[in-house]
Amino acid sequence: MKRLLSILLCFVSLSVFANEPAGEGAKAEGFNPGEMILHHIGDSHEWHWLATDNGNFTTYLPIIAYRPNKGVSVFSSEKISNGEAEGAAKEYDGLKLEHEHLVSTDGSKVYDFSITKNVAGLIGSAILMLVVFTLVASGYKKNHGRAPKGIQSFFEPIIVFIRDEVAKKNIGPKYERYMPYLLTVFFFIWFNNLLGLTPGAANLSGNIAVTMVLAVMTLIITLASSNKYYWAHIFATPGVPKPLLPIMIIVEVIGIFTKPFSLMIRLFANITAGHIVVLSFISLVFIFKSWAVAPVTLAFGLFINVLELLVAVLQAFIFTLLTSMYIGGAVEEHHDADMQMGYDDGSASTHAH
Amino acid sequence: MLPAFLSPELGLIFWQLVIFLLVLFLLAKFAWKPILLALKEREDNIEGALRMADQAKIEMQQLKAGNEKLLADARLERDRMMQEATQMANQHREAEKARATAEANTIIQQAREAIQTEKNAALAEVKNTAAKLSLDIAERILRRELTDPAAQTQLVDSYLKDVKLN
Repeated sequence: MKRLLSILLCFVSLSVFANEPAGEGAKAEGFNPGEMILHHIGDSHEWHWLATDNGNFTTYLPIIAYRPNKGVSVFSSEKISNGEAEGAAKEYDGLKLEHEHLVSTDGSKVYDFSITKNVAGLIGSAILMLVVFTLVASGYKKNHGRAPKGIQSFFEPIIVFIRDEVAKKNIGPKYERYMPYLLTVFFFIWFNNLLGLTPGAANLSGNIAVTMVLAVMTLIITLASSNKYYWAHIFATPGVPKPLLPIMIIVEVIGIFTKPFSLMIRLFANITAGHIVVLSFISLVFIFKSWAVAPVTLAFGLFINVLELLVAVLQAFIFTLLTSMYIGGAVEEHHDADMQMGYDDGSASTHAH
Repeated sequence: MLPAFLSPELGLIFWQLVIFLLVLFLLAKFAWKPILLALKEREDNIEGALRMADQAKIEMQQLKAGNEKLLADARLERDRMMQEATQMANQHREAEKARATAEANTIIQQAREAIQTEKNAALAEVKNTAAKLSLDIAERILRRELTDPAAQTQLVDSYLKDVKLN
């Protein structure tokens, strides 16, 4: 293992050296792994499936822009797509793309509500989830009072696990009303983590906007279901001397927001980091332009990919677990121990890799 | 300014919010609710069935214990009755034996007494007969004594022959 690690480190440092002249010299021709990776984990206004010598296979997605002075404009991204071409950006209806960022030519404000690659992926995963889980639900209708079958028996243990080990244990007797959110968030993250690992698909759960929305929803649900014990713990933390209370109140109030913030960063960083590592190993081939590097790329790429399959379910589980812990802390009746509240403070750094 | 991949885009936030809430609502209504209900129902069913099985087991045990008690009681009763019957039979036999012995003794006693009486009577009669016979013989001897002593002896013999000693 140590030897493998040293080889890995060797290649990583080599790639840095190999990268440098390309960045300085022939920029148009040279392969820039950093740019390629950021392009792959980022969002885009077109869905680029694959590139061959004969051209690119791209689906152009609709652009929906709102400008306060001009109103809403909808058109295909083909009209302003720059593709691989260099030089002046294409313009349409006073709009152009600057590094996949929609801006207006006259510098006025643009609100971009385009169906980007991530939004398209989001719609796809939403439809997939709806189909899968209505199928599972129909299994319960069909096999009523009998043992589960097929897809139903695959998802049942997972649903039962979320209910018994995550919701019941951390929220307590009031767990039932939070089950829909916990199940949806778990499967949403898991499905999108797996879809994000699929070549050519959108990197949705590694996008900070997506994880931010999920974290904010957890925050809103936590605050909406909080009882007086929760607030008593924040504004009059039991066991804290009076003179220290002003400091504790500040710490606890910040704590309300750091918890969802850690949720957002953890999921985003884990998925993004995984993608960067996989893409880095793939980049080695293009950096060295040699067959000799293929076994290393293949071995490490495969290893990281399999690891990412584990991380996909692990991160979905951690997000759901921590969400149910925060909710559990908010609905808990007797707030004598702050085990639930303080649980995340130390574990946040250990989960992120 | 944050790098592009670290700054959340307004459009994606909007779509994520809308689509996630839509998925949450639809799944809650058409998937999670029926699934969780069915799971709960099945678990309740299984729990109920297990409880009923336990109860049936306890009832069976109670029934079995009752049966065994009944059987043991019956066995005890039978033993008791057997013992009583044996005792009664024994008593009866003893009593019967005692009665028979007593009766036999009485009969023997009576027989003895009767024999004694008969014997006495017989002896008395023998005595009387012997006396009467002696007298008769003496009388006849006295009547014919003079004629022939041989005849006398013959006569005595013939008389003696006539006398049948019962």
